[in-house]
Amino acid sequence: MASGITKSFGGHLALDHVDLAIDAGSVFALLGPNGAGKTTMVRILATLVRPDAGTAAVAGHDLLTDPAGVRRSTSLTGQHAAVDDKLTGQENLEMMARLLHLPRRPARARTAELLAAFDLEDARDRRVGTYSGGMKRRLDLAISMIERPELVFLDEPTTGLDPRGRDQVWGAVRDLADDGVTILLTTQYLEEADQLADTIAMLDHGQVVARGTADQLKSSIGTEVIRLQFGDRESYDRARCQFEPVRADRRLHILEVASNGSAAQVRELLGHLEAAGAPALKLSTHRPSLDDVFLSLTGGEAATTTSAATKELAR
Amino acid sequence: MSLAHAVSDAQVMVTRSTRRSLRDPEAFSTALMLPIVLMLLFVYVFGGALNTGGRYVDYVVPGLIVLCAGFGAGTTAVAVATDMSNGIVDRFRSMPIASSSILIGHIVASLARNLIATTLVIGVGLGVGWRPAASPAGWIAASGMIVLFILALSWLAAAVGLLARSAEAANSFAFVLMFIPYLSTAFVPARTLPSPLRWIAGHQPFTPVVETMRSLWTGHTSTGAATGHEAWIAIACCAAILAIAVTSASWLFRHRTTR
Repeated sequence: MASGITKSFGGHLALDHVDLAIDAGSVFALLGPNGAGKTTMVRILATLVRPDAGTAAVAGHDLLTDPAGVRRSTSLTGQHAAVDDKLTGQENLEMMARLLHLPRRPARARTAELLAAFDLEDARDRRVGTYSGGMKRRLDLAISMIERPELVFLDEPTTGLDPRGRDQVWGAVRDLADDGVTILLTTQYLEEADQLADTIAMLDHGQVVARGTADQLKSSIGTEVIRLQFGDRESYDRARCQFEPVRADRRLHILEVASNGSAAQVRELLGHLEAAGAPALKLSTHRPSLDDVFLSLTGGEAATTTSAATKELAR
Repeated sequence: MSLAHAVSDAQVMVTRSTRRSLRDPEAFSTALMLPIVLMLLFVYVFGGALNTGGRYVDYVVPGLIVLCAGFGAGTTAVAVATDMSNGIVDRFRSMPIASSSILIGHIVASLARNLIATTLVIGVGLGVGWRPAASPAGWIAASGMIVLFILALSWLAAAVGLLARSAEAANSFAFVLMFIPYLSTAFVPARTLPSPLRWIAGHQPFTPVVETMRSLWTGHTSTGAATGHEAWIAIACCAAILAIAVTSASWLFRHRTTR
């Protein structure tokens, strides 16, 4: 539905001719690290930012010529819960319902329905400032559902939530999908895309680097990933230049390589390493995760992703 | 966008902003304490030492009204700046609503807060012996002056709030606005000031506003100018501030939120 979307900020190209096609009623995940352009893409599709080039049909409305139509049939839930901390959950919902021009009484009725549907009835009269992260996001989603939009944008719906909050939000997203709402979500968590999405597009540096279902993406790098543990740095380094690994961790002396999982290939691999003077200490195999796909596509070494994750935690 | 929808959007936003004001106990209680404390301070602590050619309480009430309005404008600037840094404005903008309604909500809440503070100043003033000699028409004219001044200051505060990158930056605006009245005839007559300050006092908008109210309530200005003369200057100043502030706030609102 989107084609050739391009946007740059002050000379930096945030999105480079991005094309997306999302089936009505499906859950689509835009997956990528921080700075990949996910949020910019969502903000463009939600008419908050104008693209430099390209266009899109969102829920049947042209992005550029009918932004009001796009706004009517979509709803955006941003990275930070867009709720009013000083109002109660009920007041937030009623306010939004009134802003969507529901008369007072239907606004109140819809509020009651949504509080029940998103399991917020007990907290209806508490100020949102006292809510947990998961509750705030659920309230955010409930607000998105006041008018049952055809398409919901969820920009990093679980970033910053603890596991419990994350599970609650996942449950709410699944309920929306079961109701037939089309969902476009962005996430930096591969597990989230794996759990929720029918179709995934991986975004890196403003470009789509892969797209397909989670299974298609996983099988794109082979059916198995072989994990090799080396005894010391020297043998690790010798082995490292023999392969194009899916993942490499120099500190722990671990390499992971894609494989078809056959015994013959494993034997060949071990023989190859032996010959190169880099015998493996331990070997295990596992099914590729979306992490493996992502790392193999973006060429990221585990060391760099680990430090990025550490920075994320330190913040 | 039909007019009925625009009115309904504005109503919802006014309710929201009012609720937010009432639920900010710190700012709200300060806003209520300020008129009382300042009145007692100026009348009983400084008032005895100040010679304004009459009872000081009769002199100072209009000054305290503009001082509290300055504080109130600071609160408004902070409220607008806080809102703009919150994701909720993006949500409002992604909804089919009149975008003016968000600012209107802030302005109406600001007017309400300030008029409560003004009423308190007047009430406490009457309590400590202020005896205005205005006719009912004079009261209506003075009230009109107050409303116009607070409206202009509120829009100015909204523009500053939109311009400020943070609530802290917006807060410093309150400090400036609470300082400006001291360089007017709000608390002491201009003739007692050294000449550079006297010049400032004679050429800044707080002076004609204060003098207009003072003259309506006590029958004469402290500058010796006619009531009508001060009133026209005050109205012109407020109208100019209002025009500039409304234009720039509306422009900033569109501009800042489409970043």
